[in-house]
Amino acid sequence: MHRTFWAIAKKEMYHILRDTRTLIILFGMPIALVIIFGYTISNEFKNASISVIDQSRDDLSKSFIEHLTSSGHFRLVTTGKKVEDLEHAFKAGQIKMGVIIPPKFETQYYRNNTVTVQIITDATEPNYAATLNNYAINIISSFNKGDPALSSAPYRIDIKTRMFYNPELVGAYNFIPGVAALILMLVSAMMTSLTIAKEKETGTMDLLLVSPVPPLIIILGKVAPYIILSFIDALIVFAMGYYIFEVPILGSLPLLLLMSLIYLMVALSLGVLISTVADTQQTAMMASMFALLLPTMLLSGFIFPIASMPTLLQVISRIIPATYFIDIEKAIMLKGAGWEVIQQSAIVMVVMVIVLLLITWKNFKIIHK
Amino acid sequence: MVNNAIEINNISKSYGDVTAVTGVNLNIAKGELFGLIGPDGGGKTTLFQILTSLLIPDTGHAIVEGLDTVKDFRKLRKIIGYMPGRFSLYPDLSVHENLEFFATIFNTTIEKNYHLIEDIYVQLEPFKSRRADKLSGGMKQKLALCCALIHQPVVLFLDEPTTGVDAVSREEFWVMLKRLKQKGITILVSTPYMDEASQCERIALIQDGRILQVNTPTAVTSGFDKTLFAVRSDDSYKLLLDLRTLPFAKRTEPFGEYMHVTTEPDVTAEYIAQILNSRGHKSIEVKPTSATVEDVFLDLM
Repeated sequence: MHRTFWAIAKKEMYHILRDTRTLIILFGMPIALVIIFGYTISNEFKNASISVIDQSRDDLSKSFIEHLTSSGHFRLVTTGKKVEDLEHAFKAGQIKMGVIIPPKFETQYYRNNTVTVQIITDATEPNYAATLNNYAINIISSFNKGDPALSSAPYRIDIKTRMFYNPELVGAYNFIPGVAALILMLVSAMMTSLTIAKEKETGTMDLLLVSPVPPLIIILGKVAPYIILSFIDALIVFAMGYYIFEVPILGSLPLLLLMSLIYLMVALSLGVLISTVADTQQTAMMASMFALLLPTMLLSGFIFPIASMPTLLQVISRIIPATYFIDIEKAIMLKGAGWEVIQQSAIVMVVMVIVLLLITWKNFKIIHK
Repeated sequence: MVNNAIEINNISKSYGDVTAVTGVNLNIAKGELFGLIGPDGGGKTTLFQILTSLLIPDTGHAIVEGLDTVKDFRKLRKIIGYMPGRFSLYPDLSVHENLEFFATIFNTTIEKNYHLIEDIYVQLEPFKSRRADKLSGGMKQKLALCCALIHQPVVLFLDEPTTGVDAVSREEFWVMLKRLKQKGITILVSTPYMDEASQCERIALIQDGRILQVNTPTAVTSGFDKTLFAVRSDDSYKLLLDLRTLPFAKRTEPFGEYMHVTTEPDVTAEYIAQILNSRGHKSIEVKPTSATVEDVFLDLM
């Protein structure tokens, strides 16, 4: 029995290693995705172009501008005297944010304890504008605190906010778990459904069926290489996250890998399930794209937060395996959580595997066509 | 006790509204080289898939070597060899890897059963490390046959093994099959080529899911009791059209360089030649001929 299993697994490895396209999807894709998400799709920014209209031109306004630019987040591209200059720069697309310092800045500041600075952002890109706004507010309020003359001011409400687990709002903390979930789904589910559909399409499945090999061994043999390869993919993504984007793994690495393995089993069962209904590679491809990849990307909380979805989509997100896996990943990696925290999500995934395998078992017309 | 290698009893199978085979009854003796002859879409492949336990028939049952194709499918799969109609090996594996793979999944080794495939495999040996998709059509068929034989099957099912293969390789292929028959293997082979029918010991003509006739090739052709002429002239296309207008010509079909004309019994060759002459044909040749399997087939349709 184990001889036939190994023969099928070995044959599958030949298929994988001899097909450049498969290899690219297997190993090029995770690296490409991490790099794309890491360097391009990001809410962080550095050197956003801004303009400051300094209507005061005194010592304090100069040190204020310096404070703003020294943060590294803003780059001063133009300065002007009139507010109209700002609008011109916005329209020309030269700047994303404008700051207007009122006349007599220094005098007002020391006399009234309060002075108003206006921040104008280009909200054609709403998210970006909001982020710029937040950064500017933070930086400006730290300018306040940095000035000893104001520290004893009698009437103030200080808000002390703290961002837990990801104080600097590093995007990688979100996308590395997401990409890992996406890649494992892609490799495990899509690739296995494709490889089984391929054998059906080319007729070799008939030959395997007419052999004495039990159908279960056929499937296990075909799936085994993908378990190993997608596990390697998970390692690649986590390693890239750790070494390139400095995403920590605070919790237990073995626990994280074990959870990845369980998630991988969910994905594999989904792949096998798809191949029970798909007779051609094209159908298998379409099914995995629309039923698995898009939901994994859009509804798992990877790109859009689940809390802000309409109720129906929130319900759907609860049946998407990636939702649970991303939760688990973030808990282990970023919060250093242990088994007691993640067990509920883990149990849901295990139940998913069992249910999926049962459905597959019922559906599989593999004994006869 | 069992004298028949294959017994098919009243088998029907349809896919939705499409009927693939209806009420097929057929017995094939042990060690026989039996041909299933019929055009594409006739139900040959469906019948093969039922006999190899891949499909479950809607009605009826089939027994192969005493094993029911539905109930005993596990045992059955150990003793049969199947070569599907399309080339169904792994194109990205080499000749040797394909053969080794099929040997392994049938719990055997190439060495153990090499004697069975030796005649065929020696021709493939020079290309053993070549990928299967880089082989010629004839070579692919030989490899597929080797893979179907490697576990020493008792019954061999070959679905259109010679389709898409050049004439020389087809001839070679039949020689191989006859050699396998001598080793005691029962062979059921299907083909859309009527001229290959004579290579079989017995044939069944199948059309639209029904068996039209079962007999030896000679009995099938000698059973043809109509008057048949082979006719030729300088303008084949006009000849075909003209012959089809003749009231006494029941059927005219192109047959290589000749037209085969089935006529009323009292018609003579001279009479046909005379008419064609009057219609302006030149170099007319009309001769009585004996029926081929194709003539019988077309007549039965």
